[in-house]
Amino acid sequence: MNSKTDVYRANAIRVLCRITDGTLLTQIERYLKQAIVDKNPVVASAALVSGIHLLQIRQNDRLAVSKLVTSLTKGSVRSPLAQCLLIRYTSQVIRESSMNSQTGDRPFYDYLEGCLRHKSEMVIFEAAKAITELSGVTSRELTPAITVLQLFLSSSKPVLRFAAVRTLNKVAMTHPMAVTTCNIDMESLISDQNRSIATLAITTLLKTGNESGVDRLMKQITSFMSDIADEFKIVVVDAIRSLCLKFPLKFRTLMNFLSSILREEGGFEYKKAIVDSIVTIITDIPDAKESGLLHLCEFIEDCEFTYLSTQILHFLGIEGPKTSDPSKYIRYIYNRVILENATVRASAVSTLAKFGAMVDSLKPRIFVLLRRCLYDNDDEVRDRATLYLNTIGGDGSVIETDKAVKEFLFGSLDLPLANLETSLKNYEPSEEPFDISSVSKAVKSQPFAEKKAAAKKTTGLGAPPAGPTSTADTYEKILLSIPEFSTFGKLFKSSAPVELTESETEYEVNVVKHIFDKHVVFQFNCTNTIAEQLLENVTVVVDASEAEEFEEVATKPLKSLPYGTPGQTFVAFEKPEGVPAVGKFTNVLRFIVKEVVDPSTGEAEDDGVEDEYQLEEFEVVAADYMLKVGVSNFRNAWESLGPDFERVDEYGLGPRESLKEAVSAVINLLGMQPCEGTEVVAANSRSHTCLLSGVYIGNVKVAVRLSFGVDSAKEVAMKLAVRSEDEAVSDAIHELVAN
Amino acid sequence: MEFCPSVKNILLLDSEGNRVAVKYYSDDWPTNSSKEAFEKAVFTKTQKTNARAEAEITMFDNNIVIYKFAQDLHFFVTGGDDENELIISTVLQGFFDAVGLLLRDNVDKKEALENLDLILLCLDEIVDGGIILETDANVIAGKVATHSMDSGAPLSEQTISQALATAREHLTRSLLR
Repeated sequence: MNSKTDVYRANAIRVLCRITDGTLLTQIERYLKQAIVDKNPVVASAALVSGIHLLQIRQNDRLAVSKLVTSLTKGSVRSPLAQCLLIRYTSQVIRESSMNSQTGDRPFYDYLEGCLRHKSEMVIFEAAKAITELSGVTSRELTPAITVLQLFLSSSKPVLRFAAVRTLNKVAMTHPMAVTTCNIDMESLISDQNRSIATLAITTLLKTGNESGVDRLMKQITSFMSDIADEFKIVVVDAIRSLCLKFPLKFRTLMNFLSSILREEGGFEYKKAIVDSIVTIITDIPDAKESGLLHLCEFIEDCEFTYLSTQILHFLGIEGPKTSDPSKYIRYIYNRVILENATVRASAVSTLAKFGAMVDSLKPRIFVLLRRCLYDNDDEVRDRATLYLNTIGGDGSVIETDKAVKEFLFGSLDLPLANLETSLKNYEPSEEPFDISSVSKAVKSQPFAEKKAAAKKTTGLGAPPAGPTSTADTYEKILLSIPEFSTFGKLFKSSAPVELTESETEYEVNVVKHIFDKHVVFQFNCTNTIAEQLLENVTVVVDASEAEEFEEVATKPLKSLPYGTPGQTFVAFEKPEGVPAVGKFTNVLRFIVKEVVDPSTGEAEDDGVEDEYQLEEFEVVAADYMLKVGVSNFRNAWESLGPDFERVDEYGLGPRESLKEAVSAVINLLGMQPCEGTEVVAANSRSHTCLLSGVYIGNVKVAVRLSFGVDSAKEVAMKLAVRSEDEAVSDAIHELVAN
Repeated sequence: MEFCPSVKNILLLDSEGNRVAVKYYSDDWPTNSSKEAFEKAVFTKTQKTNARAEAEITMFDNNIVIYKFAQDLHFFVTGGDDENELIISTVLQGFFDAVGLLLRDNVDKKEALENLDLILLCLDEIVDGGIILETDANVIAGKVATHSMDSGAPLSEQTISQALATAREHLTRSLLR
């Protein structure tokens, strides 16, 4: 480390830092500091990089970063790599400062723009990328960045072309108009040797293209599709689907394209993407229904994937009977019964039955076919055939199919399947039949662990997001296992965890509110983040003086809370039955703290000290009494509730950041499930309608229609129409908003 | 740290996709088998392309892979999907050219294996734990060359007494500090 040869010094530092540990760190710190200011850049950078590895220097000091950026953007940094790093810091500073001040020019934008004229391509690209990723970037700010990217498009280097087209592709998602100037360059890239570049070019074009260009574009793509890999094809198919929804008039061209690629060779994922696209197009564009269904029918004639066949058959069963000539689909469906494996046969039988139930004229013919299925060699197929023959009246007479049967055949199972599964597992064979209405309908609140996982970036293209685990069921099980709470009856709703402490404090506590008919149970999830401490007899003292209708009935302390493992303590309150009582609760965490003698075993001293820790307060609000229950057809739900208890009123929400922000705030306030994707607000729209549904405590169905409007001063006004089965509930919802 | 321009791995494979020299700097591939699977997949995905004159690029499992071939050697550098493609490409170019200099333009598998020490040193000089140290091929090759052309005799050729003397010298120096 003290050698005269620079290279030795540099490498000695790197090796030493790799093999050293925390205890030796202080000894070598002085040398590192010395090395950082070494006049040889190799030594200095070795010391810096090693320092970063050792200490994992965090960039939490915003002020320091901001100052650094200010001083460096004025001067000049020599190395292009350092310049890139500086651009990244700059965009971070811009991000953070724009959060604070809404108006005015962006600081440092001039610097980014200046970097676009740097001599190193690396820096130019980094700056262009940074500009396109600025939040709420204007088209004026984008233009210079797009111009340099356009130059890159015609570069001879594949890497440059790829980098440019990939960035433009991202821009096209948010600002399609800004990218149109590059369309001509992009079209020439379709024939690029590098297939990644070609695919990105095509998808960008599909996003930015206008209606007249679609036909020409599709011709180019058709020749291109045959020689790219499946994963690229999926990207193209997705892009075509969104294009079709954008230009509904062009569905014929696009549908023909989809069906022709559907007939070609391809793997499961690819075929699934195509089928999904066709299904989406059929649902959204009524004109495309007949041709789309026929394409699907032809596809299942020669489909090797059981999953896709059953999906298509199910879809046919719903859409087929509504077409002008349902009988033409029967042949395709019955062919499945003859030719396919048991799974497909069974779903084909279900589909046939749906045709029979919906189309009276076809009934006799369907019965003939269904009766043949009675001799199938698979029991599931036979069972289904028997069931359907009996429910839709298979005794030969053509009778009106009654409503209950239709409900049975077509009514969607509006239960989360995971809930049904757990309920079935819990069911013990007895005299009492299984009651499907007892299954909790609550849509699972997002589990805690999953949130953390979501924060981490998912790696791998194929890695599916972890399926939501059933928190509500675990909650219910935990609560029922505690004798004090077992008499409270059925759990109505569990809220999402509310944090009662800042993160990274000594003790982290969050609360989950469990609502029962006559009771409320607060579950406090506590985590001890101090390795030297063991907490015992942990309770939360809840002061309900600001919640008059609540009366404390039981507390369940937590015996011991070692470091790092979360534990729960519970407090139960009684409240008037069925009434959505609200109130504010202040809390103190009380416990006995013991010093840990040996951290490896967690062994603690015998004597402890009693201590308290102040927690933040929380409220029980009316939204806690609202279950998120979605309906598949909002219009039906709305009509069926009727206008008897409809309450309509208008509210001014004052100036809001954006319409989107206002909509999500109201949805959160009401705690209801948005239906039919109406929670998504189109960018720059001046008005929006949002449909919500839910179940209020006491099993009262509620439907809400929200109409928003925003004026130039960002003043948001809202019209709220509520329908429910109970007048009081409709009023309660209005009160929620009024406050 | 998270802002630093960084790479996830540098691979040097032969024309059948077998390892010549590889270095991983991220925990995306924790086990040796997952590393090998990644190498295999990258190799099969890229082997049909022609990346001899100019470096080529592809996306793969949310990673950007930039690659270039020379004779029967395949050079790869991988970076995260939000990394600047041109930075990764500069790293690849630096590695590629430095290897060319070190092997005196005889860039093939046999020569690379015979000088594997130089190539591994070269990797170490380019990247430390994912952070890019140097991308100029001449500087890299220069530093690697000083290592190999050591003025002092190699350790094995020192006599016992010489070795003891050196050790004593080191010891006293550290004690006097």
